[in-house]
Amino acid sequence: MFHLMPYRDLPSDFDKHYQSAYIDPVWFDVADPDKVGQYYNWTLDELIYAANAGMHGLCTNQHHQNVYGFMANPSLMGSVLARATQGQNVAIIQIGSTLPSTSPPTRIAEEYGILDCLSGGRLVAGFPRGLPTDATISNGVVPIDQRERFDEALDLTLKAWSAKEIFAWNGTHYQLPMVNLWPRPIQQPHPPIWIPGSSPTTVEYVTERDFNFAHLSYAGAKNAETLGDYYWDTVTKKGRDANPYRLTFLQLVGVSPTDAAAEEYAPHVEYFYHKLLHTPAYYQAIPGHQDYPSMMRQLKAPLRERPDTSVMTYKDFVDRGFVITGSPATVRDQLVEAVKRLRIGHLLTLLHFGSMPHELCLQNIDLFTREVLPALEDLWDDEWEDRWWPERLRAKRPMPAVAGGEV
Amino acid sequence: MAAADRRLNLWQGKVETQVLVQGDGPPLVFLHGPWGLRADGDFIGRLAQTHTVYAPKHPGTTPGDPDAIYCLDDWLDLLVYYGELFDRLDLRAPAVVGYSFGGMVASELAAAMPERVGQLVLIDPLGLWREERPVTNWMILPEARCRQALFADPEGEVARGFFALPDDRDARADAQADMTWSLACTGKFVWPIPDRGLKKRIHRIGAPTLILWGEEDRVIAPAYAQDFAAPIRGARVELIAGAGHLPHLEQPDRVTALVHDVLRA
Repeated sequence: MFHLMPYRDLPSDFDKHYQSAYIDPVWFDVADPDKVGQYYNWTLDELIYAANAGMHGLCTNQHHQNVYGFMANPSLMGSVLARATQGQNVAIIQIGSTLPSTSPPTRIAEEYGILDCLSGGRLVAGFPRGLPTDATISNGVVPIDQRERFDEALDLTLKAWSAKEIFAWNGTHYQLPMVNLWPRPIQQPHPPIWIPGSSPTTVEYVTERDFNFAHLSYAGAKNAETLGDYYWDTVTKKGRDANPYRLTFLQLVGVSPTDAAAEEYAPHVEYFYHKLLHTPAYYQAIPGHQDYPSMMRQLKAPLRERPDTSVMTYKDFVDRGFVITGSPATVRDQLVEAVKRLRIGHLLTLLHFGSMPHELCLQNIDLFTREVLPALEDLWDDEWEDRWWPERLRAKRPMPAVAGGEV
Repeated sequence: MAAADRRLNLWQGKVETQVLVQGDGPPLVFLHGPWGLRADGDFIGRLAQTHTVYAPKHPGTTPGDPDAIYCLDDWLDLLVYYGELFDRLDLRAPAVVGYSFGGMVASELAAAMPERVGQLVLIDPLGLWREERPVTNWMILPEARCRQALFADPEGEVARGFFALPDDRDARADAQADMTWSLACTGKFVWPIPDRGLKKRIHRIGAPTLILWGEEDRVIAPAYAQDFAAPIRGARVELIAGAGHLPHLEQPDRVTALVHDVLRA
């Protein structure tokens, strides 16, 4: 289960007052710190509840200066989850800390080392590059350097995790005289690595390195055909196998007892798309964030369409497949179809979104894990081994499953 | 005299640079701003009436070599690179005219290598920072606000032309790419705050200096003109009425007259 930890009680006219969910909302004008404390606790409670209900993985993520989701340091959340799920068959999926905006990045290598030790080898090490607003505005990273810093930081992290000798690092962006990381992860040479992305350059990078590619789309599986095709074409071209577990996909899901009852998600879906995703291009498409080939692709033949979600209603989001809501049977059928069509090995389910109250989130988790998850768990297992999952969990669960984990 | 393009191979063969060369007379280097050279043709033509103008594209913005930008890491690299470019063009001490980002580069070259800049014209240059009047971050502005920041008359012909894009889909994408990549490449050296410590070095400038500033510059307030002038001995300041951040585009007659005036001296 994936969680963004959003601000759940924005005023109804928030999107009229602010051009952007990022950067612009001033804390003292919008936020109540006691409420925010409650959100962090609910978020952790919901994820722990999901683990107890049978979810296979719990996902946290890093964002800054916004109302959309503000686990500013996901390792803090991940460490609570690792501790609370001690001994359980559930992965701690950090997807994750943003290397280019942390200096030196060995700080993240250490935090992930702690999480892997603390969880008993249950870490999935996700490495997002970071949204432009996060990396370049909140953290001051030079836009055109972001990718280069990421590449160098990940190389440094991988070496720091497994090097048997103390080494010096003389890079373009980082210089360290003596690297001898404490602690190192249990999983050697490194935990499974998942990289979120949507650009051709990231697809190629991830495929070449044989990492897991995580497409964290909010447009739904129905609209992921172009990128899915591009991804699997690249996998074929690079001579990689068609193992579905190399692909992760995020989907908003709302399960209710009946199709009619699923209307209960309507205000929270609209809140999510209208208020939380209300971020203009001038903040999210800062010049240099995309490298030249990806920028040209975006201008001439985009892999990802960006529809105007501000004018769409709940019905539109459902009809156009942005969200999958309904009875367990409806959700199950749509997810099984999507998973097979896109060859998704790991399905991240966003079971909390927008203004959804705590109780509704728990119902969603309950119905999902009981009625939907069993149909997804073993879809690929007779044919493929999940090489992007913690080894100790693979052994314990011969037929791996997910929800914020894998299918 | 018609403009011609020269292509230089610099920086251990890793950076291709297109230099527009136009005119006849003493050498003048023209350094463009964050948005590229696209709109500067007319002004370069005016300078070329009395000078041989060399207008290089900043590293990474030369068509066909976008990855060149990854071969220079920082501000020091950029200055040394421009020293090399001057050498390659055999320019001993040319006049240097730069606006915005190009003005910042020109200031630093004149401060770091005073003997290599004969005369200096700074048009609304970046490079200094006032806490109470921060420079507007031009890289994260929506077009409407960018237009207001750059031009005294945001709805005027010049402003509209500056952002105009071709109708043809491919040509349109190329034009957008040219501007976006130019912002990205120049931004590499100044993000997130366009202050690389020039205030510690600016007193080294020895060239006769003219500082021009659009009275309605809403990227960098005209008050900065005095901050530039104060440490430079004999610097002359002229504020340009009816102009924003790009006075050479909005008031080309006035700017050209002032530049010619100082270059003749």
